[in-house]
Amino acid sequence: MTTPGRPPAPFASDGGGSNLADILERVLDKGVVIAGDIRINLLDIELLTIKLRLVVASVERAEEMGIDWWRHDPALSSHARRDSLASENEELRRRLAELEERTA
Amino acid sequence: MTTTPTPPLRYVYAVCRPFGGVLPEGAAGITGEPPRLLHHDGLVAVVDAVPAEEFDEGPLRARLEDLDWLSATARGHDAVVASLTAVTSPLPLRLATVCRDDSGVRRLLDEGRDRFVRALERLDGRVEWGVKVHARKEATAGPRTPAGSPSGAVGGREYLRRRLRERDGREEARRRAEAVGRELHARLSAYAEATAVHPPQDSRLTGDAEAVNVLNAAYLVPRERAEGFVALVGEVADSDGVRVELTGPWAAYSFAGIAEAAEPGTGTAGPEPSGPAPEASGAASGPGGAREGAA
Repeated sequence: MTTPGRPPAPFASDGGGSNLADILERVLDKGVVIAGDIRINLLDIELLTIKLRLVVASVERAEEMGIDWWRHDPALSSHARRDSLASENEELRRRLAELEERTA
Repeated sequence: MTTTPTPPLRYVYAVCRPFGGVLPEGAAGITGEPPRLLHHDGLVAVVDAVPAEEFDEGPLRARLEDLDWLSATARGHDAVVASLTAVTSPLPLRLATVCRDDSGVRRLLDEGRDRFVRALERLDGRVEWGVKVHARKEATAGPRTPAGSPSGAVGGREYLRRRLRERDGREEARRRAEAVGRELHARLSAYAEATAVHPPQDSRLTGDAEAVNVLNAAYLVPRERAEGFVALVGEVADSDGVRVELTGPWAAYSFAGIAEAAEPGTGTAGPEPSGPAPEASGAASGPGGAREGAA
């Protein structure tokens, strides 16, 4: 599949090259930031803003994507999501136990 | 300098060492034309002439919020950087690094020289691989009865039990995927020269709504070890309920920033013997939270 010493054929998640989310993740957030003698100077915060707006735009555009996860999860942290799931789970268990008690 | 109304600006994709080959055919950049190599004092900037109407500060800000334009530009940017990766180990610049003219590009190379050289040395012969581990939402949930479906004719209690089982199943799948991700990450980290753990991607962005991303990491791997790395990832590919996704080889986007910063943890001794380099280090270590787990 790959040959050492030579770049292997690219792996990508879809036929048309790399996933746009992967590309944006790198091109917007990573790579070298120059803040010297350049004309246009977009720093991290602005790029993050753009990224959020981009997400909003894609959400509006693709209807199936209409969830506001970035509001609850601005750091895009998996922990917050896990926590909310856990507490929701707990709540569900509690209510189930209550129901069972009543119907038993 | 501003005698002509709108002379084209210089968009800089990457900085490289001089390399023997030429850019592959079809390495069209954001303008649709192959970019130009600007040699200067032992470094090469890969540049495009871009119209000021699009890339000057004001218009650029507006354009960056245009999803179609941003997608096309990001793809063009990455296409050039990726084609460079086939012939050398470029130092990728962030999207929308624009200079006024060629002499501005030369000044950029001069002023950043120390950083560029250090980073290029560190990244020489290395590429970045991306590995993502997803938990399938459907995993182990069993046959799913649509909520409120009359078909089962189940009582309320049974319905709740089933919902609970589904939920537990999903939790379980996620826990398993996280365990797989942790183990895989440990093995890959031992294999790679450097690692960067990025925030998980929302599955809706990647078009796979049935998966939850539990690991989104990048690894810096010498080219000659690529085969071994890919094989290592392949060993754990797609067990039940867990999907492992490999992307790359990328230019070392995720490690360019690390290389230009003070290289924390890589054993660089003390304050760097840097010359006139205070310009970008502040920006480089900005609020981007994505560098946790960097080597």
